[in-house]
Amino acid sequence: MADLKLQIIAQLNLKDLKPEDIGDDQPLFIEGLGLDSIDALELIVLLQQEYKIKLSNAEDGPKVFQSVRTMAAYITAHQPQKE
Amino acid sequence: MSEEKCITASCSIRDQVIYINSKPVFQNKELPISGFLDKAYQHFDIRYPKFYKMDNLSKLGLLCTDIMLKENFKAGNYQPDETGIVLMNASASLDTDIKYYKTVSDIASPALFVYTLPNIVIGEICIRNNFKGENAFFVFKQFDATFMTGYVNNLFDSNVIQACICGWIELLEENCSLVLLLVEKQKANHSITFTEDNINKIYRVENG
Repeated sequence: MADLKLQIIAQLNLKDLKPEDIGDDQPLFIEGLGLDSIDALELIVLLQQEYKIKLSNAEDGPKVFQSVRTMAAYITAHQPQKE
Repeated sequence: MSEEKCITASCSIRDQVIYINSKPVFQNKELPISGFLDKAYQHFDIRYPKFYKMDNLSKLGLLCTDIMLKENFKAGNYQPDETGIVLMNASASLDTDIKYYKTVSDIASPALFVYTLPNIVIGEICIRNNFKGENAFFVFKQFDATFMTGYVNNLFDSNVIQACICGWIELLEENCSLVLLLVEKQKANHSITFTEDNINKIYRVENG
């Protein structure tokens, strides 16, 4: 999850933050990290660029991007198998 | 007859030196423009996390407005809808348009896309300062003081605004020039009359 936090910081330009500032279960949006709708789109781009995962159902977004832990779990479950 | 207005503060950037009321307050000539803006943000301890997400044009506008208003503007003197912003430049949002275009061949960046309009810098300044007054962004080949005085005076004379941030904000790759003016109805220490000649004098001095 440390790598994922670094990727989130880089993708969203959160230069004021370090990975240890982001709790594993801390909400990413509104009262947590305070991310907004553009950040949500950037997180979708991150999944595509770094993990080749396309979020097929937009309604899954709020659950997937609830926290770093839920993102990591989604990535683990959907990462393409290496041959 | 138009009522007299005053330039009560100014901010400018020339050769990566920031001037407030013609006095240098920050400089860094070693870094590229993006690093220069980030360093200045840290130097003035502005603390607005969204700053890092902005494109360079919005960073430039927000940073310089913040520094200029800090010592020179009493927000409590005006209602949110009484402060307007009128800006102009030559390159519109081309600096970010080029960066966005480069991402399109892979996955287009939503964060860059939202800055592919020049007037977004005005929106960012308004959000930061809770300004809700009249605003406009014009694209001219070069700074046009005649147009600027006419447009801003008209807003004042129509009672649409009571204060205005106006000026030139140009940024394309490593080329950056900026002159911002705070215009108000009442005089302040060292204020000068808001006239075409005075604007041109400030612009010429600030831009060498």
